[in-house]
Amino acid sequence: MATQRRSRRFTKTLAITAGLAALGLLSACSGGSTGTDSGFGFPSAEQEDGSTITVWVDASREPIAKAFQEENPDVPISIETYDGNSGGSDTFKTKMALFDQSGEGWPDVVFSTQTNDASWAAKETNGNQAFAAALNKGYLDQSFLDGFTDGALDPMTVDGTVYGLRNDLAPVVLWYNKPLLDQFGYDIPKTWEDYEALSTKLAAEHPGYILGTVGDSFVGPYVYYWGAQAPIFQLDGNTFSSNFDDEHSKKMTDLLDTMVANGTLVQDSVFGSDFVTKYSDKIVAMPGPAWYSGALFQNPDSVNAPAGTIGAADPLYWSGEDEVTGNVGGGVWYASSHSKNLAAVKTFLEFVTSSDTAAKLNAGLPAYDSAASTWLDTQAASGFFAGDFKGSVQTAASSVWGGWGFPSFSPETAYASVVIPALASGKTIADVVPAWQEEILNEAQVQGYDTK
Amino acid sequence: MYLAFTKNGAFVGADNFAKVFDDYRFWPAVQHVAVFVLIWLISLTVLVVLMALIVHAIRVRWASSAVRFLYYIPGALAGASSVMLWLFLLDPTVSPVAWVLQLFGMETFVQTVALDNLPVIFTLIAFWTGAGGWIIIMYGALNNIPVEVMEAARIDGAGTIKTAWHIQIPLMRKWISYMAVMALAAGTQLFVEPRVLSQASKGVVPPDYSLNQLAYLFAFKQNDFNGSAAISLLLLVVAAGLSALFVFRGGLFERD
Repeated sequence: MATQRRSRRFTKTLAITAGLAALGLLSACSGGSTGTDSGFGFPSAEQEDGSTITVWVDASREPIAKAFQEENPDVPISIETYDGNSGGSDTFKTKMALFDQSGEGWPDVVFSTQTNDASWAAKETNGNQAFAAALNKGYLDQSFLDGFTDGALDPMTVDGTVYGLRNDLAPVVLWYNKPLLDQFGYDIPKTWEDYEALSTKLAAEHPGYILGTVGDSFVGPYVYYWGAQAPIFQLDGNTFSSNFDDEHSKKMTDLLDTMVANGTLVQDSVFGSDFVTKYSDKIVAMPGPAWYSGALFQNPDSVNAPAGTIGAADPLYWSGEDEVTGNVGGGVWYASSHSKNLAAVKTFLEFVTSSDTAAKLNAGLPAYDSAASTWLDTQAASGFFAGDFKGSVQTAASSVWGGWGFPSFSPETAYASVVIPALASGKTIADVVPAWQEEILNEAQVQGYDTK
Repeated sequence: MYLAFTKNGAFVGADNFAKVFDDYRFWPAVQHVAVFVLIWLISLTVLVVLMALIVHAIRVRWASSAVRFLYYIPGALAGASSVMLWLFLLDPTVSPVAWVLQLFGMETFVQTVALDNLPVIFTLIAFWTGAGGWIIIMYGALNNIPVEVMEAARIDGAGTIKTAWHIQIPLMRKWISYMAVMALAAGTQLFVEPRVLSQASKGVVPPDYSLNQLAYLFAFKQNDFNGSAAISLLLLVVAAGLSALFVFRGGLFERD
């Protein structure tokens, strides 16, 4: 009898425990926000003054985060390095989806090299509060936000609300090697037509020398097609379109195919193992983002050009058309709407975007006007670059073509999986344009966009 | 299970499955995994059995142990780290076996990891990491064959090949089907290899190559955990079905 009672009691205890555990699990999994209205345009978590903020940065942004730690010893900060979403890896999004599921664990600040993260980070998903905090609804001072270069915050602005701070601008300029141009007797090309004509001459007169590469998944779409005003990646409301029949798209496809065929455009990645050994002293000119300055030309592990040889010229454009250019990324800082120490996050964000230290440590052109000016002056004064470096970069920064879209997926994946292997197998881009377009439109569709 | 048949907590029947079937990435992923599993299972079974028979036939004790040890070493390198090693081997610009790659016309890494080459590459990686352990298990199975049976075969005049074909392989049938079931389960779950290769090739190897990767993209790129669950369930059903086939055909649960 006693045994029976004990067993019944045991069963009851077990049932209660299981019930409580299930409730606990359910509440943990609900992930919904329990935050209160912060008056900042998003429900914030309960604030804990002095709590440690967790900051996610990529390897290149680690120095600025460490500099903040040194200069602000009173702000507790934990720095975690991740891949920064490189190559459309979506690490940021993946991790946030997991934290949303578990209802905890979000970092306070995230740096991402993908400019398009706001397309998902600003949205509520599966009933979970949007990850990115609204920044211009009372959280950050308007006067601070006004300090960004015009248009710099556009990719992170959704319906008038700003969800991220641009770290750097990445307009495309034309990089050139002055001694080589002088030696060969060539002028700096001004238009895409000049560039193509130069390629024909170079291939005939100095084979082995190059005018760029198409081997990186960011170069094709962002440098060439964006810079050519090709409407292959456009977003209008929820409608995504990709038009390869447009004259601009066709002309760029032809130009690239011609230059790949004559060998002046190579298929190696600028970050590949043998690009440096093969081409360091063979680059006559190369359209590329402003951040090539620090990432390639002044980098001892990369091209490491001798001072005075490399210059930046105004971006290329189609003759007789708008003088516009493309853009390659430009990282973004996001504040977490789940942060328990929004005051510290604010201090951090202001430091990494607008301080003198930020201007000094940034490898590319800072998006904050005053920092940009300091950065350009320092670069120009260093005497490293030939020609009017400051003028050309400023021209490029103010002429990024506005027709490119920022949906929740990257154009890099379709280019990487369709165009790069096709080129490697000896096909032309024109051969795979239908497949490439189909892949982009399919990707848009599964992301929930209407396509046309 | 629950997730696969619901959406936002409400029962939706087979909607999630219909959506998955309609997805443009689903059928290519099915094809990729099917081709890989086919090549992988056949090569694993044939080569493992063959190599085990060879080791077993080596009469010199130290040579036999040395060969078994050699077979086993690659298995010490687990999934992702093994892929990292392969990345190095597959890049003709740095690979110590670049001449082999060039023999097949592969001059660059992008050419090496072309879509058509991937089933063979994944088979090589999987074989490299997994086969050693199986050879040792098969070796054990061969040791279990009674000495009298082998002796009888020898007295009847059967040579090494005949003995292997008519005596050893039929007696190893259960072990072979066990290996096939385990390899099938691992093969249909293909994920780490294409994922690492995709990241290392910056997307040249598509991030939606295998079904598991697709499930991952559904869950984390599209925030569609229901679709992801539907794919996982489909994978489970197919793998369970095929495993059952191997179990019954291989007589895994038959008693002697």
